Amino acid sequence: MSVARAAGEVTDAADTELERRASDRSEPLPLLLLVGNPNVGKTSLFNRLARRNERVGNYPGVTVERRTAEMALPGGRRALVADVPGAYSLSARSSEEQIALQAVLGWGDNPRPDLVVVVVDAGQLVRNLYLVLQLIELRVPLLVALNMVDEAGERAPDAEALGQRLGVTCVATNARAGGGLEDLQRAIAARLERPLPPKLHVSYPAELIRDADAVADALPRAWRGSVERDRALSLWALTSLDPDDELVGIPAELRQRCAEVLERAGSRDTDREIIESRYRCLELTLAGLAGVGANAPARHGVSVTERIDRALLHPAYGFAVFLAIMLVVFQSLFAWADPLMSGIEDLFGSLHGLVVNYLPGGFLRDLITFGVIDGVGNVVVFLPQICLLFLFIGLLEDSGYMARVAYLMDRALRAVGLHGRAFVPMMSGFACAVPAIMATRTMERRRDRLLTMLVVPLMSCSARLPVYTLLIGALFPPSHVFGFVPVQGLLMVAMYVFSTSIALIAAAVLGRTLVRGPSVPLILELPPYRWPGVPSVLKMVWLRARSFLREAGTVILGFTIVMWVLLSYPKPAPDAALVAGPAVTSPVTASSPPEVAAGAPAVNPPGADVASEGAREASALEQSFGGRLGKVLEPALAPLGFDWKIGVGIIGAFAAREVFVSVLGMVYGLGEIGDDQLAPLRERMRAETHANGRPVYTPLVGLSLMVFFALACQCMSTLAVVRRETQSWRWPVFMFGYMTSLAWVMSFIVYQGGRALGF
Amino acid sequence: MLTLDQVVPGTAVVVEKVGGARSFRRRLMELGIIPGTRVEVLRVAPFGDPLELTARGCNLSIRASEAQQVEVERADARHSVPAEMRRSASWVPPSARQSQVPAARQSLVPAARKSRVPGLAKSSP
Repeated sequence: MSVARAAGEVTDAADTELERRASDRSEPLPLLLLVGNPNVGKTSLFNRLARRNERVGNYPGVTVERRTAEMALPGGRRALVADVPGAYSLSARSSEEQIALQAVLGWGDNPRPDLVVVVVDAGQLVRNLYLVLQLIELRVPLLVALNMVDEAGERAPDAEALGQRLGVTCVATNARAGGGLEDLQRAIAARLERPLPPKLHVSYPAELIRDADAVADALPRAWRGSVERDRALSLWALTSLDPDDELVGIPAELRQRCAEVLERAGSRDTDREIIESRYRCLELTLAGLAGVGANAPARHGVSVTERIDRALLHPAYGFAVFLAIMLVVFQSLFAWADPLMSGIEDLFGSLHGLVVNYLPGGFLRDLITFGVIDGVGNVVVFLPQICLLFLFIGLLEDSGYMARVAYLMDRALRAVGLHGRAFVPMMSGFACAVPAIMATRTMERRRDRLLTMLVVPLMSCSARLPVYTLLIGALFPPSHVFGFVPVQGLLMVAMYVFSTSIALIAAAVLGRTLVRGPSVPLILELPPYRWPGVPSVLKMVWLRARSFLREAGTVILGFTIVMWVLLSYPKPAPDAALVAGPAVTSPVTASSPPEVAAGAPAVNPPGADVASEGAREASALEQSFGGRLGKVLEPALAPLGFDWKIGVGIIGAFAAREVFVSVLGMVYGLGEIGDDQLAPLRERMRAETHANGRPVYTPLVGLSLMVFFALACQCMSTLAVVRRETQSWRWPVFMFGYMTSLAWVMSFIVYQGGRALGF
Repeated sequence: MLTLDQVVPGTAVVVEKVGGARSFRRRLMELGIIPGTRVEVLRVAPFGDPLELTARGCNLSIRASEAQQVEVERADARHSVPAEMRRSASWVPPSARQSQVPAARQSLVPAARKSRVPGLAKSSP
C-alpha cells in the first residue's frame, strides 16, 4: 500500500512550503507542534492559537491531514504551529501512526519542532500522561497544556503541582472557551527562549534495559542522540516493530535485532513490562496529587454522559433515535441541498447565456461557455452537499455521537469488512459520492478509508435518479403487481436494494483481496458528550470546501473541458456549424421538432441538408469524437442490448450521470431535455427501432441499462475526488476499471439471461 | 476462568491478564487497561457486539471476540495481590474498594449469558 508514498513527493513540496518560506527569512519562525490524544481539544486549541496563513496539507508520504498556521506570541513575536493527528501513544503499526514520532523528532521531510505542546485532558489525566511520558523519555523540549480543566472540575489537578512532579512546564487551559490562552502563549514564549529538557526517569526491569541496550546498538546513526533518547527509541522499536507492521523507513538491521531480542526474551512479555513500568512511574509520580487516582471512580459514574448513553445506546429506542438522526442527515443532503444546487445551476446557466449573447461565436466563446463556465459550475454545484455533510459530521463528531454511530453499526458493517465509521459515508453515498468520499476522512486507518472509498460510488446516488425515472417511465407500464403494488415504484426500490447489496458484496470481496490489511482490533473510545464548538466546526467546513475547490475542482474543470471537446468536435460541415453551435447545450426546446421522429437522424450523412436544428444537432453529435466512440463501442455494448446511440448517452453521462437524459435528447434530435419534460423523449424511445424493425428499448434493455447505470463508474467528479484523497491516479483508475467491468458483466447477465428466459 | 465478554453489564471486575493479538494487547494496555486495573462493563451494543466498558475514567468499546482474550476477576472476589501491584501507589485493597454495583447485580455469569458464548471453552489460557 505504497500509493501515498509514491505520490508523496508532490505533496511534500506543498506541505512544507510554509515552513520553507519561514526558514528562508533571515530569522526563521520557531515551529510548535500540537500533540495529544484524540478528543482532548487539540483542534480547538489550534484554532485559538492560529491567527493567519492557515493551510491544510498532508503529511509527507501519507494522506493524513496536516494543518499549519502562524501564531502570535507576546512581545510581537511569531511562531508556526502545526498539529499532529490524535494519538494515544507514539508506538505505531502503520505509517499513519508513525507520523506522531516522525513529526516530533523532525525525521524525514518533517521540519524539526522547536517545542512540542502536548494537549492533555485534565479529566483523563493518567491515560493522557502516558503519551507525555513517552515524549519525556525522548527528551524533546515540551510543554503540557492541561486542557478541559472546567469539564474535569474537581478531578483536575493543580497545573503547577503537576508540572513540578513531571519536571515540565504545565499550563491550565480551557481551549473551547479560550481560558488560559494568554498564560499558554507566555509559557510558549518562555520555553522557546529558554528550552527546559525534561528529566523524569522511568525505572524499567533490569532485563528490559539489557534488551533495550541491545536494540540501541542497531539504531541507525541518524536516529542516535543522547543515551536516554536511544533507549526510548529502542523501546519504541521493541513495542512497534512486528513482522506484519506497515511502518516505513525502518532499517532491516533494526528489524532483525528487534526480532532477535524478542526471541531471546522468550516467555517474557516485553510489551507488558514496558507499558506497566510507565504506568507505575506515572502512578508514583502523581501519588497524592489532588484529584488524581488511577482507579478513581469512573468518570461517567452516573454522569450526564452515562445518562444520555443509557437512552441513546438503548437496544430499542436508542436505535430509533439513531435512525432518526441519520434520516435528518440524509434528508438534508437530498432535499435541503437541492434548492441551493438548482440555484447554483441556474446562476451558471444564466452566466452561460449572458456570455453567449455578448461574445462573438467561435472557438473562444465555446471554450469559455461550455468549458470554463460549465466546468466551474460542475465544481461549485457540489458545495452545498459537501458543506452540509461536513457540518453534520462536525456536529456529530464534536458532540461525541459519531463514536456511538461506529459502536452501534460496527457489528453490521464488520460482516463485510467495513469499519463502524463507514456508515455515514456509505449512507451519504445515496445523495452523492463526492462528499461521501470526502467523509471517509473520519476513519483513521488508510485501509478502512480506501475500502469505503472504493465501494461508496456503488450506492445509488441522486444523479442516477433521473436516469431510473426516465427508463422506468418509458418502458414499464404504470400497472400493479398483486393488484396494489405499483410496478414502477417496486422497480425503483429494487434498484436501491440492488445497488446497496452490490456495494456490500464488493466491500466484502475487495476487503479480503485487494485492500487486505493486517486486522486491526476495534478499540473505540466513547468520549463524553459535549456541546459542539460551532466556530471550530464551521472552520472545518470551510477548510474542507476550500480544499475540495482547489484540488478536486481543477480536475473536474479539466474533465469538463475534455468532455465538451469529445461531444462537439470535430464540427460538422461549416454551414451546419454556423447555426447549430456545439452539441452539448442549445436553446432549442424539446417541443420544437415533431418531424424529427420520422427523420431517423442516424442516417444523416455528413453535411447533409438537414431541415431542423434538432436533427442538425443529432448529426453533429454523431460525428463528434463522442459519437464515433459510441459507434466504436457498439460491438462491446451490443451484448448488453445497447445500440451506439445509447453508447453516446453513456459517454455523455461521464460528465455527470443526469446528463444521460439530455444527451439522449440530442441523439434523437429533440434538443435539450429538462427533467420535467420527459414525455417527448419517452415517446421517442418507445418508437425507436433497430434496422430490422425490432424495438430498441424493450423492458429488458431498460433493466439492463439501469443495472449498467447503477454499477458503472460514470462520474468524473468521483474519480477526481478519489484522486485527491488518495494522492494518486492508481485508485481512481482501478475504481473506474472494476466498476465498469462489474457493470458490463451484470448487464450482460441480465440481458442475455433475460433473453434466454424468453423476455 | 472469567473473561471480559462473560461479565454481566453493570459489573466491576479487575483485569488479570490481557491476551490476544499483539496489536490489540498493546493498544489496550497503552490505554491503561493493564493487570490490576479495575474495569466495569457498561453495556452491550444492540447486535450483541461490541461491548462498552469503562476504566480509568474513560469509556471504551471493544469487540466480544477480543474481550474474550481479557481475563478478569470479580472486583470483590480478589484476594491475592501480585507483588508488583502491591508496590503500585494506586492499588487499593479489595476491602477498601467501594463497589458501585448493587450486590444483587453481581451474579457474574448467569446461565443465559454463558450459553450465548460458544467459544468459551476455546478462550486462551
